[in-house]
Amino acid sequence: MSFIEFHDLTHCYNQGQENEYMAICGVNLSIEQGSFTVILGRNGSGKSTLAKHINGLLLPTSGVCLVDGRDTQDMDDLWAIRRQVGMVFQNPDNQLIAAVVEDDVAFGPENLGIAPQEIRSRVDEALKAVGMEKYKSFAPHLLSGGQKQRIAIAGALAMRTRCLVLDEPTAMLDPQGREEVLNTVRRLHDEQGITIVYITHFMEEAVAADRIVVMDQGRIQAEGTPREIFCEVEAMKAGGLDVPLAAELAWRLRREGMKLPGQIMTDEELVQALEAYGCPLS
Amino acid sequence: MLNNIAIGQYFPGNSILHRLDPRVKLVLLLVYLAEVFVFSNARSYMILGATAGLLIWISGVPFRMVLRSLKPLWWIILFTFIIHLFSHPGTPLWTIGMFTMTWEGVNQGVFISLRLILLILMSSLLTFTTSPLRLTDALESLLNPLKRFGLPAHELAMMMTIALRFIPTLIEETDKIMKAQESRGADFSTGSVLSRLRNMVPVLVPLFLSAFRRADELAMAMEARGYRGGIGRTRMKVLQIGSVDYLAVFLFLLMTAALCMISWAG
Repeated sequence: MSFIEFHDLTHCYNQGQENEYMAICGVNLSIEQGSFTVILGRNGSGKSTLAKHINGLLLPTSGVCLVDGRDTQDMDDLWAIRRQVGMVFQNPDNQLIAAVVEDDVAFGPENLGIAPQEIRSRVDEALKAVGMEKYKSFAPHLLSGGQKQRIAIAGALAMRTRCLVLDEPTAMLDPQGREEVLNTVRRLHDEQGITIVYITHFMEEAVAADRIVVMDQGRIQAEGTPREIFCEVEAMKAGGLDVPLAAELAWRLRREGMKLPGQIMTDEELVQALEAYGCPLS
Repeated sequence: MLNNIAIGQYFPGNSILHRLDPRVKLVLLLVYLAEVFVFSNARSYMILGATAGLLIWISGVPFRMVLRSLKPLWWIILFTFIIHLFSHPGTPLWTIGMFTMTWEGVNQGVFISLRLILLILMSSLLTFTTSPLRLTDALESLLNPLKRFGLPAHELAMMMTIALRFIPTLIEETDKIMKAQESRGADFSTGSVLSRLRNMVPVLVPLFLSAFRRADELAMAMEARGYRGGIGRTRMKVLQIGSVDYLAVFLFLLMTAALCMISWAG
């Protein structure tokens, strides 16, 4: 059994009203323990709605969402699920609760009713894991966007979460902040084996994943490794999505008749391929 | 240490007054304020005044800074002083038209003004030496027993915490919106008070909308982090009453005993 399973999941906002809107229509998906999954999709594709099902912030209109074998619709299991699945949202300002960084990180463990000394050690540990231990007595509004998102991640880690769901955590950040957050997430996945579900519309960030799920109009449109997904340039473009710049350039060059391998995804790979082709680039 | 919350008038320091448990400070302040009303004679006021002066000196907060807290209220003090000068019957000192200034009036005026000054000085000394966060914790802890009577102590404290967290964010946002509206020709600095107020509408509407959206997202984030009210919740920083606090209470009781002796025995 996988860590997270969606069976025929459908979610409908404002059901039965005039402005009824089907955000997700019959999604079947399973996410393994310890994997790094990126969910891609343009605005309104249902990717955020899907993410909010994982820790029971939204409940399915029909179908089931199972987390570690527990049904999110079972109210008795809800708190156990939230303890296991941490969430980071898009707006870094609207998810920090306390006026001091360490108090904010302590918020989750405090809700779980853990003893004070234990909270203290968890907070220190979590801040260290995201490289923010120096800022523990800062006020959040003095931090940069990337730093705030790392604090939000620390807040989830302090709850000893096994899975992090990040809902477009970099959409409001500058390039440097984006880099900080992505590196932190990647490191937590590699070093601590935390399951990552990362929602984004930045293709470059998706390259880091084990698996990509592309969503469109509430359905899963494609699924595979980054290499499989990004080499289908035409299909991605048809779905209103871009591919990483290197993949796009390789695709255009190939169309113009250059014989480049079809597996190019990163800048480094493109450089190598071009040099092998006989274009000295350096 | 950059523990700076830009609001309030907390003056960071490490004096004994800063280190006292905020609950003890709050309760002692309330009792002190009550004593200012109860013991209204010259000798008691000398003791109460001397205590205030001594505490300000111990706190390490610059004297001028503490006095500045009187500034917004000095005209109220002056006003009550003048009213009292002329409104008490007794030995006349000076007469203008139908108003007579009396010796009793002067006496009473000085007392009332001193009372107000002591109230303001000591209350602001509390906010000078206690960070807003610790004050919130103290309030929650003191109000906790009233939960039995339906007072939502935890919820009140959580509201204050969130307010403290979001005031700087909302100030920043107001500034941004004002600049955006000014760049499109809005004018906030000229015209009558009424037209200036009317010009604030295009600032307040987006500010409120955004505040509601923030509240919505924050509620979701809190829920995602397992928040379900005060039940079963623990705190990382637990307030603890130590030897300094006992000493403070003891000294305070000594002062109170002295006040009682002066007022009733003498």
